[in-house]
Formats: sequence, C-alpha cells, structure tokens
Amino acid sequence: MKLALRIWRQAGPALPGAFVRYELDGAAPESTLLEALDQLNERLVLAGEAPIAFESDCREGICGACGVVVGGRAHGGRPRTASCELRLSAFREGEEITIEPFRARAFPIVRDLIVDRSALDRLIAAGGYVSLRTGGAAEANALPIAKDVAERALDAAACIGCGACIAACPNASAALFVGAKVTHLALLPQGGPERSRRARRMVEAADREGFGACSSHGECHAVCPKGIDLGVIGRLNREHLRRPPG
Amino acid sequence: MSAAAIQPSSPARSRDRELEPHLPQSSTLPGAWRERQAGFTLATRARRRQRRVIVVGSGLAGAAAAATLSELGFQVSCLCIQDSPRRAHSVAAQGGINASKNYQHDGDSVQRLFLDTLRGGDYRSREPNVYRLAELSLAIIDQCVAQGVPFAREYGGQLENRSFGGALVSRTFYARGVTGQQLLLGAYQALLKEVDQGGVQLLPRREMLELIVEDGRARGVIARHLPTGALEAHLGDAVVLASGGYASVFHQSTNAQSSNATAVVRAYEQGAAFANPCFVQFHPSCLPPHAPEQGKLILMSEALRNDGRVWVPRSPGDRRAPESIPEAERDYYLERMYPRYGNLAPRDLASRAAKGRCDAGHGVGPDGRGVYLDLAEALAREGAPRLVERYANLFELYQRATGTDPLRAPMIIYPAAHYSMGGLWVDYDLMSNLPGLFVIGEANFSDHGANRLGASALLQGLADGYFIVPQTASSYAAGGTFAPLAPASASVRSALARAEQRTRRLLGAGGQHTARQFHAQLGRLLWSGCGLSRNRDTLQRTALAVAELRARFWRELRVTAGAAELNQELERAGRVADYLLLAELMCLDALRREESAGCHFREEYQTAEGEARRRDEEFAHVAAWFYGGEAEPPRLAIEPLQFRHVTPSERSYR
Repeated sequence: MKLALRIWRQAGPALPGAFVRYELDGAAPESTLLEALDQLNERLVLAGEAPIAFESDCREGICGACGVVVGGRAHGGRPRTASCELRLSAFREGEEITIEPFRARAFPIVRDLIVDRSALDRLIAAGGYVSLRTGGAAEANALPIAKDVAERALDAAACIGCGACIAACPNASAALFVGAKVTHLALLPQGGPERSRRARRMVEAADREGFGACSSHGECHAVCPKGIDLGVIGRLNREHLRRPPG
Repeated sequence: MSAAAIQPSSPARSRDRELEPHLPQSSTLPGAWRERQAGFTLATRARRRQRRVIVVGSGLAGAAAAATLSELGFQVSCLCIQDSPRRAHSVAAQGGINASKNYQHDGDSVQRLFLDTLRGGDYRSREPNVYRLAELSLAIIDQCVAQGVPFAREYGGQLENRSFGGALVSRTFYARGVTGQQLLLGAYQALLKEVDQGGVQLLPRREMLELIVEDGRARGVIARHLPTGALEAHLGDAVVLASGGYASVFHQSTNAQSSNATAVVRAYEQGAAFANPCFVQFHPSCLPPHAPEQGKLILMSEALRNDGRVWVPRSPGDRRAPESIPEAERDYYLERMYPRYGNLAPRDLASRAAKGRCDAGHGVGPDGRGVYLDLAEALAREGAPRLVERYANLFELYQRATGTDPLRAPMIIYPAAHYSMGGLWVDYDLMSNLPGLFVIGEANFSDHGANRLGASALLQGLADGYFIVPQTASSYAAGGTFAPLAPASASVRSALARAEQRTRRLLGAGGQHTARQFHAQLGRLLWSGCGLSRNRDTLQRTALAVAELRARFWRELRVTAGAAELNQELERAGRVADYLLLAELMCLDALRREESAGCHFREEYQTAEGEARRRDEEFAHVAAWFYGGEAEPPRLAIEPLQFRHVTPSERSYR
C-alpha cells in the first residue's frame, strides 16, 4: 500500500526540529508501522541520508521501548496497543500518518523520535521495590495470597514503563505510572511494611523530576497499552495519605 | 577460510589443560554446591567495598547479579544496552519458570528436575551444574515471591503450576503469559534498590565494544555511549558478562532488536573459549513471518501446548479451511509420534516434526509454512473463561498480530530461531578460561546441553545471577590482589584503539548495501544450511558461503552518518559483522560434531525412527573453540563429559 509518513526530525537535544514528509510505496498491509519505518530507513541509508532514529526492541508490546505519538495520540490511541503492534492495515490507502516523539518536560528529546525516559527509573529507585536481600526469603507457600488479590496485583504490575501515560496527560503527570507500582506492591503482603514510605517517596521524586499533578483527565488510561486502571491513582492517593505505622 | 580448514578433524582425546572445569570433588551430587561454597574465600565488608565488578547486561541474570553483588558490599557498574534495565529481553519470556517444589504432589523432586533437564539436553551438559540448577530452583521461587512477583495462585492462596515440554510433572510457576516480565521487574526493582542505596552505578544506553584484559585477567570493558557515540572505559576487578544469547544471528528470530552477540564475540577474540556454538534452539510455536525482510518474529508460549493440540491435514496440499477438515482427516502428529508426551514433546522434537510435516506438503497457511495449534478441545472441555484466565495476553497478542481470535480458529505456528544453548565456556564457578571473566545466563553454555527445556531459561538466569555468581565472583574478587588499573595504561588504550579501528572500518567501507541486507542474507544461508537439520554437504557449502558473504560485507557495506553521534545504522553494522564471524564458527562446529544431539540434527546420524542418534563414544564432550585471529582457523579444545550418576540412554519421548 501507499502511505505518506510525516515524521519529526531533530538531530540532537539542543538542535531545532521539524516535520519531514516521506512517501512510502509498496508496504504490505500486514506489516507494522515500525517495519514501515525500517523500510524507509533502508531507503534513506542507500540514498546516503541519516536514518530516522527511533526506539523499539521486543516488537511484541512487552518491553516498552517503542513509544511514539501517531496521529496525535500516544501509541496511536488504539485500545491496549503499543506502537510496535500497529499494523498498516489499520490505516487507509494513501493516508498521511504523523509520527512524533513523546513530549513532556521530564522526557527530553535525544534524537528524532527517541526521548530520554530515565526519570521513570529514578521514580522506581525512590522506593518502587521491596527491601529484601537475596537469600533471606521464607518458603514461598508459607503465606497464602488470595487468587483475586494476586490477579489484581498483576493487573497493576503489567505496566511496561513506556511513558505513554505521561505523554498523553495535559499535565505530564506520572500518577498512573507511580500508582501502578504502588498498587502492585501495596496489594501484596510482601509490599506491606514499606507501603506508606514508598508512596511518599515516589510522589516526592515525581515532583522533583518535573512531572505534573493529576487532574483526572483519564487520557493516561485511554492510551495505556496494558490498560492500567485509573483506580491505581485513587490507591496512590490513599497510600500517600496513610499514616506511617507506629 | 579455505575449504581445507572446514574439514572436520577427529576430536582430540585428552582434556585440554586450558579447560579445567573445576568440578566439585564431592562424590555425591546433593550437597556438592554447598561444599564448594564452604571453600570460598571471604573478605570483610570494608574490603569488598574497595572492589568493583563490571556487569554487562541487565536482564534476569545481569540485574540479579548486580543487585546481589551490591548487597554484598561490592561497588558495581551495570551496563545496559536499552534506555532502562526493565527492557532487557528477559522481559519477553512468557510461559514460566521451572522449580521442583512438588506443590502438586505429582512425584517431582530435585532429582527429577535434574534428570529431566539432563535428558532434555540430550546428555551434553555437566551433571553437577544441572543438579545445582535443580537445587537452586527452590530458593528462586521463594526469593521471587518475597520480592512481590505476582505468580498465579489457586483459590486456596497457594501457588499454581502448569506443565511444560519434556516433563511429566507440573512444575512451572507463571504469571499469565508475562512471567519473564514479572521476574525481570523483580530483579530490576532489586537493582534499583541498590542504585538507591548507592552501591550500583547504572549505565544505560551503553554497548560493550571491547574487553580489557590486563596481565591475563579481565579488568573492564570499552563501551559506546549510544546517544553520543563516546567511547568509555569502565574498569574494575572482575567482569560479569550477562549479555544474552546469539539466536539473532539467524536474522529471523524471536530475539529483540538489540539482542546481539558482540559482547561474547569480543570476549572470544580476546581469548575466551566459545563452547558448542552449533547448539541453537528453534522454538516450535512462533508466528510465521509475513514478509522476508521482517526480522523479529512473534513467539507464542509453549504453555499453550498444555491445552492446544498440534495438527496438520492428513493429505498433502489440503487447502480447506481447518473447520471443514473432519477429525479423521487430521494428523495430530505429535500425539501420534510421541504418545507418552504428546503435545508436550520437547522443543527440538516439536520443531523438527513441524518442519518435517511442512516439507512433506502438509503445511498450512499462505505459503505452506505453518501447522495448526488448536484449542478447540480445551475450549469445549473447560470453556472460554478458564482459557482466557490462563492465556489472556497471549490471545490478545495473537489477535493483534494476525486479526484472528484463537478461540474461534486454530492458530498457525512455525518454528523460529529462539535461544542459544551454546555460548562462552565457563567452569563450575561460571568463570571463563580468562580469569576474572564470569559469564552468566544465556551468554554461557553451561546447563542446557544440546536442547533447553521450556521454562528453564528464566531458572538458569536467576540461579546464575542471584545465587551462583555473587558467591564465586565474590570469592575471586575478595581473594586476589589487584593492582590499580590506570585509564591510561597500555591494555586500556589498546582496547580503545581496537574499538575505534573497528568503527572506522565500518564507516569507511563505502559500499552499496545496508547492514540489514547482509543480515537477512546471512539468516537465509544459516536457516537452510545450519538450521533445523544439517548435513556435511550443506554445512560445508554454507561455511564457504558465509565466509564469502563476510568478505563482501567489508567491501560493500554502507553506513551513513558518523561515529560521534547517535547512529543506529552503525550499531547494526557492528553487530552484523560479529554475526558473520560467529556464523562461520557455528558451521565449523556443526560440521565437526558428527552425531545428532538435541537441536543439532545431522541427517547422516539418525535412528530407524528418524530421531537423533548420539555417538557418545566420540562426542560426549563440550567442543570449545579458541579464536585464531583473522588468518588462522579457530583451534578446538574439548572437555569430556563424565556421567557418574546417570547412564546416558537413547532419549525417547515415544
């Protein structure tokens, strides 16, 4: 099929960027949008031009490396779909597709479609874990966990850390991302002892990194490739207000 | 390489002194690892704080090792090729992790997991290593649960299990179809906990381009900082390579875009032995490629074979829709060929059988490269909700990729390159023949022999990372004396110069073909010549064709833009250059191993039923290769495998 790709090109973090339009012919409808970018890049390299820098790794929607704004929506705005899972068959013959990087103050552009999302690692480092040393764990079945509790914890833990929630939010809030981790660990007994401290520290870190506050637009949930529920933000607020034990 | 160089030579009979496996002295397998640990050198925490360990890779093995070494007090630098450790390719593992907890009370034990793994690998791995793996499986589940990994649970709150190939018991722990992601997040969080505590320096977007060897010991790496192209030296007292496998050499594989072989090839060039390079696993249930240029193939977990039945039409060329083919005209070939294990036959057998059926004209799908994986019977037996609960994200993944709902029509699957059992040679302590260079996870060759069982990769990565290498590397680093290595020393400067020179060579080739074109061509050569089945003739021709392609690569490669910037085309070219070198070695190893074992099916060596025929008297050994430089062929050394506790038999799943 024939497509036009309008892509954000920016050679470096401090350099000006602009949209460049490319025509693509003969793409197979079963191919993914990122495979179309691969194809375009092959052409650019053979023509002696710098290929379009973009990030992707697993190409099956689990690693969270891919993440671009397609047609104005993070990951293209299709339910529970990451950028790498977008098929060309979802677009019209001859359609012009605009692809640009995630934009948020906490995500500076590295090059073209690649942004720096290391702020998300710093949020996890601010308490998104259980303080446990290797080798000291008790027998796994000693502590039963109700099936539905484990399932709900997994629903929250399914976050792939792509950052779409932040890119889609008018405030660039990380509430869904932080809420997902806080919920995952607060639901399980293993995460219990640190739950209040974790929520406070992660929220403070998010403020420090320049993420905005949540004002309940819900756009984060709409673009989340794993469909993380907005309830995790309510849980985050409750955990944040909890009085620390003792 | 000349044609003479690829003639197989007869294997040497004596153990190479460079390959001392340092197996435990203990006469029994249980307790051997405990006994080994009792002999390790310890050091005060203050002394450990003065030592630095460089960990290359942040997947299950690397993140677990970096976190645990830091907990022990070491300073750790952890290099990660992606922008975050949470994206390492372990994240894509779906089905589960094996552990011999025997929660199902179905006859499992450490001994049983040991036997299944040893036999699954067709007796091409070491008894003590595999036994240790089985023993550590117990502590790994405890560790992961304590980290908050949300494994599947039964209604009573106990951990749930399912079955995987090559086992008759249910010992696989899982979290829907995202077990790898959940275990990786556990290890990632442990790693970031140590970043928070100040013990780990996290170095994302770094690709290792050289190994620094000083006075015969591994002391650091040269890495490219991908956003700027700057070359950096990271120096320490020991190096742990956890850089993953090399199945991406086949171009079309289940491996991620950035999974590559450069770190292990650099170590090989610096003197580390490469063991059993021809042992690469093809996963039987992948989605067939929709275009020849498509590199990354999508995997469907082996877990689906718990409930799915594999079949093809009985008559060749039958193009009817699956639902119009009556039961009597279907060939459930795995159940027919392997009645005891049925659809849960191990991967090597299931992949070979699928290819066999398709080559005989029974294949389905657009180009006849596919077999059905059919859930209809399980659907009728258990209903859709139960199946969705078990496999929800796999169904979604399949539907998004193909537009077909697997609960309405059977899935179409085909084998694809997936996992490398071969890798850098290591001793029982997971140290390579280069002192100070430890190799863990898929990057080493240690535990899976000639075929890995499903749900054992996560197990090995975590065993190596949490429990083995922190002990062994700790003993090494605590025990030795290490002169400080100055950034301006000769070994660092020469490693830097080698990396710079390679980059210049890649940029300067000035040809007309992209790295991806060479990679795709290499993949086609290997798939047909060194793939699911091999013979002397095709291997010899493939080895020559690969050598020729490699020469062309250096003449005709085109890379645009420069070295001092983010340049993904340059990154790709460097990786393809290393695939070409490794592919030659794979062909050479496959040619020399004149037997069939596990994934390595030499057509000349098969039983009357068409199964792999091992030749234990000649090949019950590890083949380890030493780099000979550009001019000389690699030199072979062997490590004989000793079976003291198990008598290798013909591996039968019939």
